Amino acid sequence: MNWNWSHVDDFMPLFWDGVQLTLKALFFGTLIAFSLGLVWAIAQRSERKWIRWPVTAVTEFIRSTPLLVQLFFLFYVVPQWGPSMSPLTTGIVGLGLHYSTYTSEVYRAGIEGVPAGQWEAATAVSLSRRRTWTAVILPQAVRRVIPALGNYVIIMLKESPQMAAIGALDMLGQAQGYSQATFTYEAISVVGVAFIVIAYPASVLLRVLERRLVR
Amino acid sequence: MMSSEFLGNWFLPGLWITLQVTFLSAALAFVIAFPIGVLRTHRLWIVRFLAGAYFEIFRSTSSLVFMYWIAFTVPPVFNISFQPMFAGVLALGITYGAYASEIVRGALAAVPPAQREAGIALNFTPFQRLRRIELPQAWPEMIPPFNNLLIELLKGTSLVSLIAVADMTFAGDLLRLVTNDSAPIYTLLLVLYFVLAFVLTRGMRLLERHAKKRVGQAPEKTGLFGGVRATSSIDAVTGTGGAK
Amino acid sequence: MSADSSTSQEIANPAVDGSELIRFDKVVKRYGSNTVLDELDFSVASGKHVTLIGPSGSGKTTILRLLMTLVKPDEGTIGVGDRYLTHEERGGRLVPAGEKHVREVRKNIGMVFQQFNLFPNMKVLRNVTEAPVSVLGLSKDEAEARARELLDLVGLGDRCDAYPSQLSGGQQQRVAIARALAMRPQVLLLDEVTSALDPELVAGVLDVLRDIAHTTDITMLCVTHEMSFARDISDQVLMFDAGRVIESGPPEQIFTEPEHERTREFLGAVL
Repeated sequence: MNWNWSHVDDFMPLFWDGVQLTLKALFFGTLIAFSLGLVWAIAQRSERKWIRWPVTAVTEFIRSTPLLVQLFFLFYVVPQWGPSMSPLTTGIVGLGLHYSTYTSEVYRAGIEGVPAGQWEAATAVSLSRRRTWTAVILPQAVRRVIPALGNYVIIMLKESPQMAAIGALDMLGQAQGYSQATFTYEAISVVGVAFIVIAYPASVLLRVLERRLVR
Repeated sequence: MMSSEFLGNWFLPGLWITLQVTFLSAALAFVIAFPIGVLRTHRLWIVRFLAGAYFEIFRSTSSLVFMYWIAFTVPPVFNISFQPMFAGVLALGITYGAYASEIVRGALAAVPPAQREAGIALNFTPFQRLRRIELPQAWPEMIPPFNNLLIELLKGTSLVSLIAVADMTFAGDLLRLVTNDSAPIYTLLLVLYFVLAFVLTRGMRLLERHAKKRVGQAPEKTGLFGGVRATSSIDAVTGTGGAK
Repeated sequence: MSADSSTSQEIANPAVDGSELIRFDKVVKRYGSNTVLDELDFSVASGKHVTLIGPSGSGKTTILRLLMTLVKPDEGTIGVGDRYLTHEERGGRLVPAGEKHVREVRKNIGMVFQQFNLFPNMKVLRNVTEAPVSVLGLSKDEAEARARELLDLVGLGDRCDAYPSQLSGGQQQRVAIARALAMRPQVLLLDEVTSALDPELVAGVLDVLRDIAHTTDITMLCVTHEMSFARDISDQVLMFDAGRVIESGPPEQIFTEPEHERTREFLGAVL
């Protein structure tokens, strides 16, 4: 076996830079995914067909196609007629957009889980539509969707290395850069282990949270 | 604009590679999922623990990083060499096998305990109970979540382009470098993936209908345009039931 | 009620006089802090039809589940025939039985459940043939011939190709009876077999069981709330309360002149 621990040591400073960028992308990507997903979910419950139908079609399309190709699309195609984005920004937008179509399903299930009687009761005390959503429906829905949303954060973490394909220097990007510059191969292992070390405790934590929150 | 020559030389073979990678890694995941899923319900804790460890480790693994690791770290460290496609299929099969094992476990756990008891009362061995009673009943319940996972896997196959397997995405990339006309290329690519996902879903619905008929359940009707996702109580990717 | 005084440490052949097919010896079963069976002793002679009655929660169903090895006793031994169901002898000591031993002894016992528990993935005929083929090793033809005979007996000879979900509850329960009999058990356990049925379907199932009770020498152990059925088929009725047998005797005696106050109260409430 050919293994050299000194390469691992040398890689460490770059690794921590990569961790920072990965977490940054994850944080902002999550923000987008959580908020945009809610928009999709509410739009899909709209009574107007011309809102409901296109939103359903677009989210279905985004969800059924690879994040990697979407990243390429955002990075190479969008600048032809829109804004040019850095690899990191592209990664954030891509992750956020892609996973917003998943979180919208989570919200939808959460909203559908609120008993119909709650809508009727809100109507009966003549709450406005806006108040019905913000004061009655969403507070009840959010509780039960938190564990599922949390799981998507972990999934986004694991999918985030795809940013490296458009040149972002996340954990994987740094490892690739280091490996190619030094003709070594230890760095990828460090990153691989790092993902397990972050993702596993996070999922254990979520399961505990789920047991607390759901019922 | 894309030349038809390029389409024929790269895109169609790329489509074929994408299908191959999807099929092979799905087969590997399937072969892994059943033993792991079943062993996670084993009565000996050490067996449950080891099978559970497989699930936890590979569910926490980033498939792209794992793929890079197999493709670029394993060969020099262990002095072996293999085709990039082999690395891609291995990485996808192993990680999706972990997700799929959760589907198998969940569906087995959903078989009513009374069925197990009826099996004991007829003096079946544990293995006979599994094979004759529990798995046949759990199987139709597995198909909708397997469907969702298969779509995730199809999307995941695009990652193999990053370890130089000439799949559809790789062809698209190459085409962009040559023609520099990325808009139609990536649009076509996205549409192709969507169509593949749609076709796979139709196939899985047929399979589900067939499976339900075989266990005496009336299949529910879904329209032709019933979407690309199946609704299921088990979600292997997020690992949550209930709220999802 | 048997006053068996032998202790569980003794490794004598449990079937001393050869007539007792089932023996419970100081059996204790607890669920958490709740003791369901408290040092229970009782035995059933071969070929007898015994009915267990008593208020719910008195441990009747637990006895059947212990005999079917669906639950394990916390203390004490259970014997079937000349062997223990719960234990086996190894090096002159009684040790908890292994899977192989359990399967060997359990071969003699069949059970019909309250909720039928037919296999929904198999048609009626295969529900009845599956275990004879894969457990007893019968040929498919042999098993099918016998299954058709039994399905005729329970009046469902024409429903062989139906799935359980296409049958009424009463029909499902009759299939379940045929399924249990197909294994040729010496002992048939009946766990409230009519409780889950609509009232108009009860009679058909009880008729089948009466028929079996009167025409075979199968030993029956029956938990039921159908007192007239119990009176019809039983040789012996055991009254349970709080995990113990408080009274036992032939049905005429128990139902007409019970000795125990609790028995009178119970019968007063259900009759």
